[in-house]
Amino acid sequence: MTQVSMTVNGKAASGEVEGRTLLVQFLREDMGLTGTHVGCDTSQCGACVVHVNGEAVKACTMFAIEADGAEVATIEGQANADGSLNVIQQAFQDHHGLQCGFCTPGMVMSAAALLKDNPKPTEAEVRHYLDGNICRCTGYHNIVKAIMAASGQDVAALAAE
Amino acid sequence: MPKDGGIGASSKRREDVRFLTGVGNYTDDINIRGQAYVHFLRSDIAHGTLTSVDVDAAAGMAGVVRIFTGADFEGVGGIPCGWQVTDKHGEPMQEPAHPILAQGKVRHVGEPIAAVVAESPEQARDAAEAIVVDIAELPAVVNMKDAVKDGATKVHDDLTSNLCYDWGFVEENKDAVTKAFEDAAHVTSLELVNNRLVANPMEPRVAVGDYARGTDNSTLYTTSQNPHVIRLLMGAFVLGIPEHKLRVVAPDVGGGFGTKIFHYQEEAFCTFAAKACNRPVKWTSSRAEAFMSDAHGRDHVTKIELALDGDNNFTALRTDTYANMGAYLSTFAPSVPTWLHGTLMAGNYKTPLIYVNVKAVFTNTVPVDAYRGAGRPEATFQLERLVDKAAHELGVDPIALRRQNFITEFPYATPVAVEYDTGDYNATMDKLEEMADRAGFDARRKESEANGKLRGFGVNAYIEACGIAPSNLVGQLGARAGLYESATVRVNATGGLVVMTGSHSHGQGHETSFAQVVAEMIGIDENMIEIVHGDTANTPMGMGTYGSRSIAVGGSAMVRATEKIIAKAKKIASHLLEASEGDIELKDGAFSVAGTDKSVAWGDVTLAAYVPHNYPLEDLEPGLEETAFYDPANFTYPAGAYACEVEVDPDTGEVTIERFAAADDFGNVINPMIVSGQVHGGLAQGIGQALMESCVYDDDGQLLSASYMDYAMPRSSDLPMYQVDHSCQTPCTHNPLGVKGCGEAGAIGSPPSVVNAVLDALRSGGHDVAHIDMPVSPNRVWAAMHGGDAAKKAVGVVAANAKHNG
Ligand code: FES
Ligand code: FES
Repeated sequence: MTQVSMTVNGKAASGEVEGRTLLVQFLREDMGLTGTHVGCDTSQCGACVVHVNGEAVKACTMFAIEADGAEVATIEGQANADGSLNVIQQAFQDHHGLQCGFCTPGMVMSAAALLKDNPKPTEAEVRHYLDGNICRCTGYHNIVKAIMAASGQDVAALAAE
Repeated sequence: MPKDGGIGASSKRREDVRFLTGVGNYTDDINIRGQAYVHFLRSDIAHGTLTSVDVDAAAGMAGVVRIFTGADFEGVGGIPCGWQVTDKHGEPMQEPAHPILAQGKVRHVGEPIAAVVAESPEQARDAAEAIVVDIAELPAVVNMKDAVKDGATKVHDDLTSNLCYDWGFVEENKDAVTKAFEDAAHVTSLELVNNRLVANPMEPRVAVGDYARGTDNSTLYTTSQNPHVIRLLMGAFVLGIPEHKLRVVAPDVGGGFGTKIFHYQEEAFCTFAAKACNRPVKWTSSRAEAFMSDAHGRDHVTKIELALDGDNNFTALRTDTYANMGAYLSTFAPSVPTWLHGTLMAGNYKTPLIYVNVKAVFTNTVPVDAYRGAGRPEATFQLERLVDKAAHELGVDPIALRRQNFITEFPYATPVAVEYDTGDYNATMDKLEEMADRAGFDARRKESEANGKLRGFGVNAYIEACGIAPSNLVGQLGARAGLYESATVRVNATGGLVVMTGSHSHGQGHETSFAQVVAEMIGIDENMIEIVHGDTANTPMGMGTYGSRSIAVGGSAMVRATEKIIAKAKKIASHLLEASEGDIELKDGAFSVAGTDKSVAWGDVTLAAYVPHNYPLEDLEPGLEETAFYDPANFTYPAGAYACEVEVDPDTGEVTIERFAAADDFGNVINPMIVSGQVHGGLAQGIGQALMESCVYDDDGQLLSASYMDYAMPRSSDLPMYQVDHSCQTPCTHNPLGVKGCGEAGAIGSPPSVVNAVLDALRSGGHDVAHIDMPVSPNRVWAAMHGGDAAKKAVGVVAANAKHNG
């Protein structure tokens, strides 16, 4: 067992992990942060996306010990300080960008990373960026819309409801 | 003006807040103090005799609590099948035993052989790897037509053959159908495959069993669309636990699409093992396990024929289908190719004579059961591909041929035993032609051609049956359960209320839309209403959510219970207002006396019910809580028309969806935003089936597509923005909300128009291709264009999938 320490959503977090413990397991099981989900075992679905030192990372693809000393952000830390939904979260609700909610934490974290690098993405850029995040419920239409709306673009011109 | 609340409003979903902030409560988020973890050792061989399972080395490994094998389950019941189909000779289907852990034989890759319970998931997995299993391999039965040949290896030694049933429907029509084909001016026929799919909800299945020694009560937390059904099947048929000693909880469910209806071995195992080990036992499926243990969908091989007279009227239809059951009968499996498929073969057309034959076949593959649409996509695909083919053979417009044969008078009794209550198929087709801008297609095609691409336009109609179902009818058809739904409405003293429903959302937003209905009926704010579901301990017995039944059946039960509440509340109000009950009106959350200005607020009436100081106690019980069970009088029949426009790259065979339009008639709509979202998701799954998804076995019964590297899930860049419309509304005539259901339409209605569009594109390039089986992958398209038979090779599909994912 190895001791790891990191900052998760601005708070110090540490624990004893095996070498094979994945970051996503550490977050879910040791930290009790169950908002980050596991949808596959081949790094394909993106349900587990978190930010490590500001970059979007699939937390099933990184060992907990690799995140030693890192700043980690998860879905639980995304809301505004007063508890209200942030711009991206609010856009997902407003545009019905989620159904079962299982892919949603990963989608929101990926969307945040996209908008940081590309504040006004086109529809094609959003779709291309989200290729590592699978959603089985929404058909992506409203996720794409929500992310474009969160970037301040007018989404009324996208295909009619 | 859009409404801002109640029926017809696009109310934002209240459940979203917890999902968006990471505080949803999915089954895998549940951890019980002291829990152990189970890992299942699964067969990697499709068919064989289990000669030994040696657990000695594994049993001594670190952290192992106990190892279970088939021997531990000899006295325990098997997984029951919930539907018995009767064959064309009046005999019951063949029904094999379905053990919790393999007994003597393994029959599909993924079948659980042993289960290790250990202190941690890693220790359980490590120990499972140390179990030594000896299997004498037998020839695998994979191809359905080979499986039913004389002398074929049997999947189940105790059955007479691999034929589960040979179903004829309607058997009495068979000769008349034959005669109509002899008299036909034109016959169109088509052989096709409805490709095997895996539902793939993003949340894998999870089960946590818990046992309280002090009370002898068992609890199962599970990823289920219908916790009461699991309680009934597992309690009564598998473990022998009476329902009052067993609680089943399905908290937030991360998608289901049918595959979380069924009762699975892992649920029974965790409940059993929790008692046997006297500690909670948890199982979390990996995605690889999900591919080899979640029930699969579709997998039909069909020959269909249409007879037309000299004026292009449809005169008869016949279809022969082989339907894969897999190695065992999953909960609803026998009903899917029969009662959910044969009964829809009339489609939207007034074809007077229809005969359907279905042979259900056992193979050494994962069990196959209902997946979004369940039987209805298979019916729609074959019929709508066939009608398109007929139009091209006859040189007539495919939309005109459809319109000419549409049913236009309702109610309409089909020759396949169902009665459509309402519909207007020309209205949805009109709407579709407008949305899809058919008039502008030629210009768009020219533009594509200028870019070296072929462009095609494909259309189809569809009908489906939702709101399952009248219990007495399904009982006659072989269902071993009723299909009513229930609701208890509990009004609290201060006026807020809780609706406890037997329906259960797995992404459909019931907490929002159900509250809208009750808010509208009483005239109070939606936020005064809480929806409770998913726990047998605090909801009335209900059958759950599938078959697009929740608003039509569950919503109707809730309406009936709310009507009882209102009736009683009016009695209380009449006492408080000293007026006769018949003069009391409820509007905007207040009771008033007709023609006067006397009124009493909703909250004063509810308070009086629980603080009955001034109350007609001689005539009326205190309290305000009512339950209703609603058994539907008929199915509901959503219908519509879909159009797909594709581009095909003639150099690579790659197909891209350029436009997709869906015009649906769902009857009345409660929350248009949610309904559109349901259609979007269904379209993605239907387009996925048409273009990329395929579950593939090799000849040895090895599952070749058991990960997202090999099974091509539709991704965001594979799909377009959709145009959807549900403004054509012919309300259902037999439920109180006039609703029809919308959850499956997209998946049912979309595959044929995609394939029709691809063939239209190829024709425009001079390639007269009669049919390409789904998934219409680049290599199949390219091979079809170049006349090669590589188009048929499944192995090519896997290669295409791998390319797609890579
Ligand atoms: S769980 Fe990490 S990509 Fe699927
Ligand atoms: S909302 Fe269910 S998987 Fe995306």
